[in-house]
Amino acid sequence: MRLSGAEIVVKTLIEQNIKTIFGYPGGTVIDIYDQLKKYEGQIEHILTAHEQGAAHAADGYARASGDIGVVLATSGPGATNLVTGIATAYLDSVPMLAITGNVGTTMIGRDSFQEIDITGITLPITKHNFIVHRTEDLADTIREAIRIAKSGRPGPVLVDIPKDVQQKTADYEKAEPVKIRPNRPADDAVVAKAAKMIADSGRPFIYFGGGAVRAGAGELLEKLADKIDAAMGSSLMGLSEVPTSNPRFLGMQGMHGHYASSKAMHKADLIIAIGVRFSDRATGDTSKFSSGAQKIHIDVDASELNKNVETNLSSACDIIDFLKKLIDAVDEKKRPSWMAKIEKLKVQEKEFDDPDFLPEQVVKAASNITTADTRCVTDVGQHQMWAAQFYEFTDKRTWISSGGLGTMGFGMGAAIGSAYGTGKRSVLFTGDGSFGMDMNELATAVTYNVPLTIVVMNNGALGMVRQLQTFFYKKNYSNTTLNRKTDFKLLAEAMGAKGYRATTIDEFKDVFEKAYNDEGPSLIDMRIDTDDLVLPMVPGGGTYDKIICERSDINE
Amino acid sequence: MSKNSFVIAVYVENKYGVLTRVTSMFTRRGFNIDTLTVGETESPEYSRITISLSGDQTDRGQLISQLKKLYNVKKVEVITADKGIRRELMLIKVKNSPENRADIKDAVDVFKAKIVDYSAEALCLEITGDTNKVDAFIDNMKPFGIIEMCRTGIVAIERGADSILSHEE
Repeated sequence: MRLSGAEIVVKTLIEQNIKTIFGYPGGTVIDIYDQLKKYEGQIEHILTAHEQGAAHAADGYARASGDIGVVLATSGPGATNLVTGIATAYLDSVPMLAITGNVGTTMIGRDSFQEIDITGITLPITKHNFIVHRTEDLADTIREAIRIAKSGRPGPVLVDIPKDVQQKTADYEKAEPVKIRPNRPADDAVVAKAAKMIADSGRPFIYFGGGAVRAGAGELLEKLADKIDAAMGSSLMGLSEVPTSNPRFLGMQGMHGHYASSKAMHKADLIIAIGVRFSDRATGDTSKFSSGAQKIHIDVDASELNKNVETNLSSACDIIDFLKKLIDAVDEKKRPSWMAKIEKLKVQEKEFDDPDFLPEQVVKAASNITTADTRCVTDVGQHQMWAAQFYEFTDKRTWISSGGLGTMGFGMGAAIGSAYGTGKRSVLFTGDGSFGMDMNELATAVTYNVPLTIVVMNNGALGMVRQLQTFFYKKNYSNTTLNRKTDFKLLAEAMGAKGYRATTIDEFKDVFEKAYNDEGPSLIDMRIDTDDLVLPMVPGGGTYDKIICERSDINE
Repeated sequence: MSKNSFVIAVYVENKYGVLTRVTSMFTRRGFNIDTLTVGETESPEYSRITISLSGDQTDRGQLISQLKKLYNVKKVEVITADKGIRRELMLIKVKNSPENRADIKDAVDVFKAKIVDYSAEALCLEITGDTNKVDAFIDNMKPFGIIEMCRTGIVAIERGADSILSHEE
């Protein structure tokens, strides 16, 4: 079948089971949009307000569904607007296909209108990228891009297509959806050594992250923990893989992690690290991080092993295969004194808990009302940490948050994307700062009547930076006080969404119940105190024997 | 060459932009490369990049696993000093004068270098050898006055009948 390059692009996406793409038209992708109109019964295109929103939507779609997210943008500014979205996906290992148009091949290199070297720009933030010079290569390049994005450690792949390559014709033959490359199976010797280390351990701690989520390792992690009587904690990226209700799961550890989780990890004599990268947010000062513990590190990506932290046993292999073999290889063993210590840590953690802390009440109230399959999406800042700390996760892939890059402005796009990825309502926790960066996408949510409830934790400040200024910069609140005159309720209404306001927990419960059951998008302006803090806190490069738990721990 | 330096041979697809991908990764990951050479191989599909750098075991492991992640990289192999032959080539231009000429020629003979150009004011010399030999030759030439020099950086190959492409992972 002889088709134009643009039609080949769309046919190949359909052939690869891509149902939804996010994007924004422009001069060098008109041909592709022409075809999208023709095939709109088979592939749905969501027009966002900005290309960055489209990139985050593709990312949110992928995180929520476990499938690949696809974004389409024009050359020049369209392509550069994707950069933050692609980098966000790269840092969190999210499978994404970004397609950009470019000026015609004869125009490349001449600084033509809206010409940019997007493959050059995205080189360090993609798993790989392609510029397609021949229409004959288009279908196979897109298939290969999808295969790369989904295989091994997933990540974004960009395909740049000059306009003339879209317009010329080539033969197209339908192909099967690509098969992802299988991961290396776990090595029996590694499994045996891990089992021996576990047998020798008195205080095992399972530390898991985004890699466990990508692999869907939750049940196996729980099974392993039960069999060896271990405590568990996750990085920010590992949240929702194991239900919050599991008593062995102490929650997120790290900079703003749960006290019991961070402390247990620090006191463990064996850390079993699964699908993590020992990020600086998780470890603090690596030279003092759990220096007394033996460490087993399993990840699909060999370059993560011994990168940030030296381990005693590490292997790059399939996590699921490793866990299955390990569960068979280990002996069941009770470790009552370790469990007693864990219980003590939990009690200590409760002592710091302030039942009147409004941000906690808000997140918990929302968490009580939402269904188990609701995606909890966040922007970046204090609200993100409160959501990570206090939201109760039941189903997998219900936590959608920008971890590695920490992208303010991620939330709206990601929440729209995750609603499309699941067909279910998403709840977005954001702040007045973050929402200022992505509120344009409320227009998108209204246009498509996306089931989305937005909770703006409005403290009139850039709270996370303000908190650092409070602690470490003598309260010199340079440029972090917003106190804008924006009325978020009226703003939501002006954009065609429902708007609500709340200042107390009772008001919040009342309006959240309504907002959550609205049909389309709704927003709650939740006023919180400017000086509310995210605690506990291990300062950047700090150590786990000095966790800041209360305001009084700081010399204000 | 310091004792912590090592040499890595990398087979990459012989395609547009591949060298940029490799060097961009070095920049992004903060690797400090001592030398890097690129050239054709026995197969038109591949180019061979030879990298030498100083660092500890961790750096070496990181560099190798990051290289292996690059899509266009087909094979990465460390060429150890005992198993491999390492060479570099240098062209060096030194001042020519009647009083130094004989000494320069002696050094050229001892180091098995070659005089490849001759003029009244300067001699162009060519030398091949491992890094230590080339460094020593430079030290010898310094007193005569080095006008200009250029080194290729290290190329390396393993002894024996195998190709590193055929080595198992």
